[in-house]
Amino acid sequence: MRADEAEPVREMVDAVYRAESRRVLATLIRLLGDFDLAEEALHDAFRAALEQWPRDGVPANPRAWLVSTGRFKAIDGMRRRARFETLDKDAAEMIVASDDPATWGSEDIQDDRLRLIFTCCHPALPPDAQVALTLREVCGLTTEEIARAFITAPPTLAQRIVRAKVKIRDAGIPYEVPSQADLPDRLESVLRVIYLVFNEGYSASSGASVTRHDLSGEAIRLGRLLIELLPEPEAMGLLAMMLLQESRRVARTSPAGDLILLGDQDRSLWSRDQIIEGLALVERALSSRRFGPYTLQAAIAAVHAEATDAAATDWSQIVGLYDVLERAAPSPVVGLNRAVAVAMRDGPSAGLALIDAILARGDLADYHLAHSARADLCRRLGRRAEARASYERALALTRQEPERRFLERRLAELQI
Amino acid sequence: MKYICLGYIDPKKWETMSESERNAFIDECFAYDDVLRKNGHFVDGEALQGPQNATTLRFRNGKVSVTDGPYAETKEQLGGILILEAKDLNHAIQLMSKHPGVRGGDFEIRPTEDLTQLVRESSERRRSISK
Repeated sequence: MRADEAEPVREMVDAVYRAESRRVLATLIRLLGDFDLAEEALHDAFRAALEQWPRDGVPANPRAWLVSTGRFKAIDGMRRRARFETLDKDAAEMIVASDDPATWGSEDIQDDRLRLIFTCCHPALPPDAQVALTLREVCGLTTEEIARAFITAPPTLAQRIVRAKVKIRDAGIPYEVPSQADLPDRLESVLRVIYLVFNEGYSASSGASVTRHDLSGEAIRLGRLLIELLPEPEAMGLLAMMLLQESRRVARTSPAGDLILLGDQDRSLWSRDQIIEGLALVERALSSRRFGPYTLQAAIAAVHAEATDAAATDWSQIVGLYDVLERAAPSPVVGLNRAVAVAMRDGPSAGLALIDAILARGDLADYHLAHSARADLCRRLGRRAEARASYERALALTRQEPERRFLERRLAELQI
Repeated sequence: MKYICLGYIDPKKWETMSESERNAFIDECFAYDDVLRKNGHFVDGEALQGPQNATTLRFRNGKVSVTDGPYAETKEQLGGILILEAKDLNHAIQLMSKHPGVRGGDFEIRPTEDLTQLVRESSERRRSISK
């Protein structure tokens, strides 16, 4: 092949890498029984593709070619090392013996991706390691990208991933989709990881911007992958909730990067495509009658999405959904959101009484949004001194720049 | 794989149970141990006497000091250990989640460490010294 013909092949290899590398990795982990070996094999396979495809042409089934090449390279490497260590030799022969190319079919490969997700989100791993490992192995983000997204030093994050992999190997965390009996519990852990990634993207806990689109985008991709592999109602509910929240992203910040509250947003900027997809998923999840907290949160987001303007919002329905959510998954944050909805339906003093009760229990004393919600209700009731005190408390607690600017603006308005 | 399951209990909670409650609990635990035994999962197990009968040895300032009481003065105390044979961690979790003892206190599941390599290296070192 001439040099000018090699370039398109290189582009083709890049495209195959983007589309297939996670699938190939997931299968290699099953065949080789080890994350690090599989990653090494994956890179060896793509290196071989770069050498051989320009010369021999692109194989008919690139994925199967990559799996078999990666596996071969790994066994080869183990046999070479086996001259020095008997253990490695046994392991290499075990892999050769145990495996049957017939099991590399598409069904098994689908299962491999699901196996990878459930392994990365295993509840025996620390939650922050579950998140990091999922982004690294399932989404293919680099350690540096994950570290940047979570404002963590790359060595710290790398160590978190290494420790998680060691625990998977040494504690005997199996590479499998959980049995039907364990599935609900284990799915919860997977959904929580996706939700954590999304939440960090939807409302960055610190830093210069309100949202981090890269993370919410990854969470949505994960959500789509999950319902493609495992169409459980709560997985649909979570994806619906993420799409409906994400649909407002552009409208949530001004061109200068300032926060715009729901009631003040330009609703023509909301993404219709995401809303339509989200609403359809909520319907499907609700009609299953096996839904849970994520579907209920999606249903609440759907009420907002369906309102043509802020005044048209059906606050009674939202309060009703929060009542159900509070019974299904009680938490102080759900209580706070319900209180805000009650304030919209029945007036600020009704909401304020509920927020004060929550704060009196001490549950959300350090949660900046509880104080800013309280401040807003006091402001609307004309209780300026109380409003100021609560805005100041919120300001002291927030770690995000746009929120800080928003609270400072509100405080300045109260000084006049 | 072999897993050691450490069973924790709160002795206070134990004391406040009525005799019939306690007996019912013990019977359920033993019955489940028998199920584990029958299926080849119960390698071994021992119950421990209470923490008041514990003695802790510590190496301090170049010598061993002996103190009365358990290693950690916490509400929950190690009550017994069970050596479990399971396929992998998910299997171990499944088996121990069904153990009635989990309702009486927490279980910690730890894989055993394979010391074969360490033992071999150590005996080689010791052999070379004695030569």
